[in-house]
Amino acid sequence: MTEPAPGRDVTARINGNEVSRHVPLRQTLALFLRDDLGLTGTKISCGLQVCGVCSVLVDGQPVSACTYLAVDIDGRTVETVEGLADGDTMHPLQRAFVARFALQCGFCTPGFLMMSKSLLARNADPSEDEIREYLDGNICRCTGYRPIVDAVQDAARELRETSAHG
Amino acid sequence: MADERIAGQAVPRRDLLEKVTGAAVYTVDITPPGTLHAVVVRSSHAHATIVSIERDPALKLPGVVAVVTADDLAGLFPRFGHIVPDHFILASKKVRYYGEPVALVVADTVAAASDAAQLVEIRYEALPAVMTPDAALADGAQLVHEDDYGNSGDESFASLNAAGEDDTRDNCASESTLEWGDPDAAFASATTVVEDFTHYPMLYAYAMEPYNAVADFRDGRLHVITSAQHPFMVRNDLARVFSLPLARVRVEVPYVGGGYGSKSYTKVEPLAAVGSWATGRPVKLVLDVEGSIYTTRADSAQVRVRSAFDADGTILAREFDIVMNSGAYADNSPFVLEKAVNRCFGPYRVPNLRVRGRAIYTNTSPASSYRGFGAPQGSFAGELNLDHAAEELGIDPVAIRMRNLVDKGSEILPGKRGLDADLKADLAMVAESLRRDRHEQAGYGIGMACTASDAGAFPVSTAEVRIQTDGSAVVLSGSTEIGQGSRSALAQIAAEELGLELSHISVAQSDTGTGPYERTTGASRTTTLTGLALQRACADARAKIAAMAADLYGGDASDYTPCMGGVHRPDGTDVGHGAVIRGWFGANAGEVTGIGLVRREGATKAMPPFWEVGMVGVEVRVDPDTGLVEVSQLVTVADVGFAINPLAVEGQDLGAATQGLGGALYEELVYDGPQLLNPNIVEYRVPRMKDMPAKIDTMIAQRRDGIGPYGAKGAGEGALNPMAAAVAAAVARAVGRRPTEVPLTPERVWRLMTDRPPA
Repeated sequence: MTEPAPGRDVTARINGNEVSRHVPLRQTLALFLRDDLGLTGTKISCGLQVCGVCSVLVDGQPVSACTYLAVDIDGRTVETVEGLADGDTMHPLQRAFVARFALQCGFCTPGFLMMSKSLLARNADPSEDEIREYLDGNICRCTGYRPIVDAVQDAARELRETSAHG
Repeated sequence: MADERIAGQAVPRRDLLEKVTGAAVYTVDITPPGTLHAVVVRSSHAHATIVSIERDPALKLPGVVAVVTADDLAGLFPRFGHIVPDHFILASKKVRYYGEPVALVVADTVAAASDAAQLVEIRYEALPAVMTPDAALADGAQLVHEDDYGNSGDESFASLNAAGEDDTRDNCASESTLEWGDPDAAFASATTVVEDFTHYPMLYAYAMEPYNAVADFRDGRLHVITSAQHPFMVRNDLARVFSLPLARVRVEVPYVGGGYGSKSYTKVEPLAAVGSWATGRPVKLVLDVEGSIYTTRADSAQVRVRSAFDADGTILAREFDIVMNSGAYADNSPFVLEKAVNRCFGPYRVPNLRVRGRAIYTNTSPASSYRGFGAPQGSFAGELNLDHAAEELGIDPVAIRMRNLVDKGSEILPGKRGLDADLKADLAMVAESLRRDRHEQAGYGIGMACTASDAGAFPVSTAEVRIQTDGSAVVLSGSTEIGQGSRSALAQIAAEELGLELSHISVAQSDTGTGPYERTTGASRTTTLTGLALQRACADARAKIAAMAADLYGGDASDYTPCMGGVHRPDGTDVGHGAVIRGWFGANAGEVTGIGLVRREGATKAMPPFWEVGMVGVEVRVDPDTGLVEVSQLVTVADVGFAINPLAVEGQDLGAATQGLGGALYEELVYDGPQLLNPNIVEYRVPRMKDMPAKIDTMIAQRRDGIGPYGAKGAGEGALNPMAAAVAAAVARAVGRRPTEVPLTPERVWRLMTDRPPA
């Protein structure tokens, strides 16, 4: 068997759960989430932090999990697509993506959802140009993007209405 | 008669719910217990003899289990290929392109396999490389393949295997021709002859999920889970490699992270399979993007086109010479070529035609299918040439097309199915939408183009529906859900046919071990052909239930007519399917299976099964200083006969159009010496969100003129096919000069505008 690679003990809050693991220094966050924690919703594509597929939130900031080292989450919170829904209640972004057909193959979708969540946390009422600017680093090969912009606008509206009334 | 209940509604796609929560399982997410991980060692030469492979340094690394090379495959059939079985699983004796798999390192972890892959020492002796068709066709050119591999024996590809039958070997992988009338005489007597020479680039389909597969070979059985469009085709190749009966090879496909034709046919499955065969453990192989680009790209094409017209713009004759750079292995290129030959001259009345096409082996990465294949390469030349002629003749580009378009019902290809679409009406829709929002300022230009593709491929489809004791139904199909929405569309068809709600139907797809056969998931065939098979399966199940009802309640089966979810009895009452099944089996148990078969007979006898229309228009704005092209209008018509799910159709059409814009404006794989300059997402630029056209108008024409369910035809490729030609026409009008190659990058347009030679 392979000798244990050099690593470090890491404790982080992942989708609301505290997780402690010994993590090899060379392991990326994407592989840690997928292989060690079974959170396979986060996908890997370009491996160059360019396509946005692997986007997750670390302390609320979007990062490319394909190149972010897992040891660097120590003491931080991590949010992935699996943590987006509240129990059985989907996040408004998830509902809007489904309603607008803002995905087809779905491989890029977890990244789009997490980037969109990050956008809406910063800007509750983004214009179309602001959405396009913020999500330009996420590549979707199926949809032609229009339905994604529409879905983010729908979700933003719903979130604004919810917070106004609630 | 729009009396469908569920078909035709924009119902939410069931797969999307799983995909937004992260629960949807793709092949990359599957790692069976005990799995080993493989990494491919790739050739560093375009063409070279393999002198030696030293594996010991790699094998000494902790965790490394095996280093597999061609020598280890001696007892197997070491190649694959559904048309020409020329594709070596691992390079044997020589490498034919930079990036070709030479060895497979199998280890406990991906990290160990990656580290070890760098320690496999391969010594090469360089051979002269032929990187372009011109070089490959030159006198005395180095041969890419010295041997004749015969053909795969698939009758439906029999016409494609002509090349190689002659005695002299050359680098022509396949040749395809088409001719009628007397083109020489027509050209000799014509008043206007317009000639162009075009180049369509090498492209990469860029599915976001790279090629990957998990294989488990044990006890003389092979089980492969893979990200593939055609599991049954992959099964054929794998069975041949290991000399196994088809029944002992199981190929399963979970959700697929994008295909677009690039996951048609066999890719990395044989590599994973030989890894497992050599180690006796499950082996998972996940390529990175660079490895995927070196696995399959699309054929580039240089096309010489000449067309003769009379003074009013009527086409008298057309002649095409198509040369494709098909790379080191044939893969699907002979078929791509045949389609380019069929599709280049367009859906026009061409009384005299001559087309010659050749797919050329070169020492570049192997080319194969990509969405619409053959049509984009061929129609770029044909449509551009038609715009050129319109300009020469002083005729409007819409008018010259209206004058020559084939009428509904008339033949495009002699002896083939007549055109099942109204192209003139579709073209008018595009022209009107463009006109409505047109910018008249300098720097803007509009362009439009149309195609009709012989789509649907060879009609062999089967489907199964299993009615349960509560009347709910399980649909089984071998057609793969690749993101196009087939799972949802098939559920809609079954719900319609059985009188059920969607919530009472589940759909399972693409498992050769447990599910019914489907030839391919491509050529936009699923809705039409699998849909027909499913309709027949539902009818078969209903007939069986009617016969059971007659057993139970008396009378003839024909006395029992369908009602919602059941049968109407002669006494005027209704009884549910489930109640009949329970009654007949005499317990709360049992099941009724309906089978539906489609072959070349009846509605699907004439080929092609349907014509797929591509009808697009764009308006562009060209920056006068930089040559940057922005798309201000994108207009498409999806002429689908009947949209089972209109939102899904629009989504497929916009997706296809956007990929078409990619090839027209941004995308091109560039060879510099033996290797690609840009096998990655940084330098291979695909459309991004900010590239989205300001106006998007995706229209659907529903005239119920297809042979599929409720008059449906296929969708999903059409809008890509003519896009490069439409964009080139728009740029030509914006800058006053005609481009002859794409992508229309800023530099290329700037050179065109300023009369500088191409870079």
